[in-house]
Amino acid sequence: MDDLTNLTVCETVEAVKRGEFSCRELVEAYLDRIDRLETQLNAFISLMPELALAQADKIDRTLWSRRKSGDPLALPLAGLPIAVKDVLCVENMRCTCGSRMLENYVPPFNATCVQRLLEAGVVILGKTNTDEFAMGSSTENSAFGVTHNPWNLERVPGGSSGGSAAAVAAHMVTAALGTDTGGSIRQPASFCGITGIKPTYGRISRYGLVAYGSSLDTPGVLGHTAADVCALFGLMAGYDPLDSTSSQRAVPKIHLDDQAELPHLRIGVPKEYFGAGIQPEVERGVHQAIETFESLGAEIITVSLPHTEYALPVYYLIAPAEASANLARYDGIRYGSRVADNDIGEIFRRTRGEKLGAEVKRRIMLGTYALSAGYYEAYYGQAQRVRTLIKRDFDQAFEQADMIAAPVSPTTAFPIGVHTDDPLAMYLEDIFTLPANLAGVPALAFPVGFDADRLPIGMQLIGPHFTEEMLFSATHAYQQVTDWHMINLSE
Amino acid sequence: MSLSLREVEHVAELSRLKLTEAEKRRYREQLSEILDYVARLQSIDTSQTRPTFEVATTHSRLRPDIARPGLSVDELLKNAPEIEQNQFRIPPVLD
Repeated sequence: MDDLTNLTVCETVEAVKRGEFSCRELVEAYLDRIDRLETQLNAFISLMPELALAQADKIDRTLWSRRKSGDPLALPLAGLPIAVKDVLCVENMRCTCGSRMLENYVPPFNATCVQRLLEAGVVILGKTNTDEFAMGSSTENSAFGVTHNPWNLERVPGGSSGGSAAAVAAHMVTAALGTDTGGSIRQPASFCGITGIKPTYGRISRYGLVAYGSSLDTPGVLGHTAADVCALFGLMAGYDPLDSTSSQRAVPKIHLDDQAELPHLRIGVPKEYFGAGIQPEVERGVHQAIETFESLGAEIITVSLPHTEYALPVYYLIAPAEASANLARYDGIRYGSRVADNDIGEIFRRTRGEKLGAEVKRRIMLGTYALSAGYYEAYYGQAQRVRTLIKRDFDQAFEQADMIAAPVSPTTAFPIGVHTDDPLAMYLEDIFTLPANLAGVPALAFPVGFDADRLPIGMQLIGPHFTEEMLFSATHAYQQVTDWHMINLSE
Repeated sequence: MSLSLREVEHVAELSRLKLTEAEKRRYREQLSEILDYVARLQSIDTSQTRPTFEVATTHSRLRPDIARPGLSVDELLKNAPEIEQNQFRIPPVLD
């Protein structure tokens, strides 16, 4: 592996700052690697090498003039090559959302989280593959082909941020942005053996994120280590007047202590997340990691989240209901694709019928049904009330424990095509990730081992609202004494 | 619970989705199965429970209603499938 593409975010930024190599050399090393691996993985929908090199040169010039004048460096992530999931808008880069509907859509603005990272000096190499409009758990629902898991090309990378996860795992970028509505950052991070944060709802602005389920959507970061993910998270978080649901709470400056000790930390293990239906190696891997936390000084206690089994039916009513409203905007008139017809109603029906994929149409239909006259109370209304019970489960568990430890997914990465004809079986892959979205709480996923097929196993720490700092600190401590996050793919 | 083909057609029309006959049959089967699964929520007593519409944020806050510069007409029309004289072009809506 190339030395440059094997560095962490923190190491890369330090080396650039010291002038050990230029941003152009760094970006070229990553582009070379992408060149070699992309045909096998299909992690990207759009690659922007010329733009990336121009941006790198610009940063090199800024660094050079600052070094000359002795100015302190104002760009905390100068030259860092990253990728952005193709549901987050980057000005003048096509944003397809993995859909034929938007295959030629070029947004004229940046998502707020992207804007903040660009101001910090990152270089965007391209837009990564995703399930269409982020609806899926495998990246198979993309109009631009499936992404392959770098650990085993016959397996899915997870989804919907599967392109971002594969790109990070294969060292095609240092880190990548994703979005998590029901597990779409954590599950692919877990399947690809990397670290990923789903922040508190409202912690990172949704402005410029193409909407799926607006009460659930959260932009976030995938990277190799908790420290790497934290470095980007800290710059993306914080109030944005362009998103009325973004929180006004101040963002703490997070300092991760290299001393790997966790005294006074109470970690709750929910009994509902273990047992029937979970791959035994996943269960074993997560329990071993919990023992490691105990050896670091944490107190392990059993907690209960009694409404866990209802998270799946609640999610698959609320998210499609919100999606059916959000995706009404794709009408073939103002932007996106249009199927020509002499009748305006037929333009709507044919454009949507022909340009949206099977899973997106399925969720629009399901959501429309759940919201339609006569069914609203029984389906959507009841789901919103049970959502309250799920949220209350977390409130009560967090009275006993500081955070909760659980598996990310019941299995490791499954074979491509295995769930294609059975949507309900695909939805069941999300059972452990959905509750955090319904409650709006933050969760951090990270690798804790491998199964017998050498596929990564992931676990997640879930905290109360706005406790990302605590989750990063605990995971950083774990990663000080383990090396699952440093085990690289052999080429 | 089983959806009828007519119900599927009704929902498709509400969703403004033109479906093929094969799609209608497939969605009828799949949506029926999913609705069966989510029906387990009906057994929970929520008579004393309020719905959750918002999490984590205390309340949405509106920004001051002050005019700010926005995108130019050219930028806004750049992605339109069909335009004429700086406007979106559509077929006649009224006869």
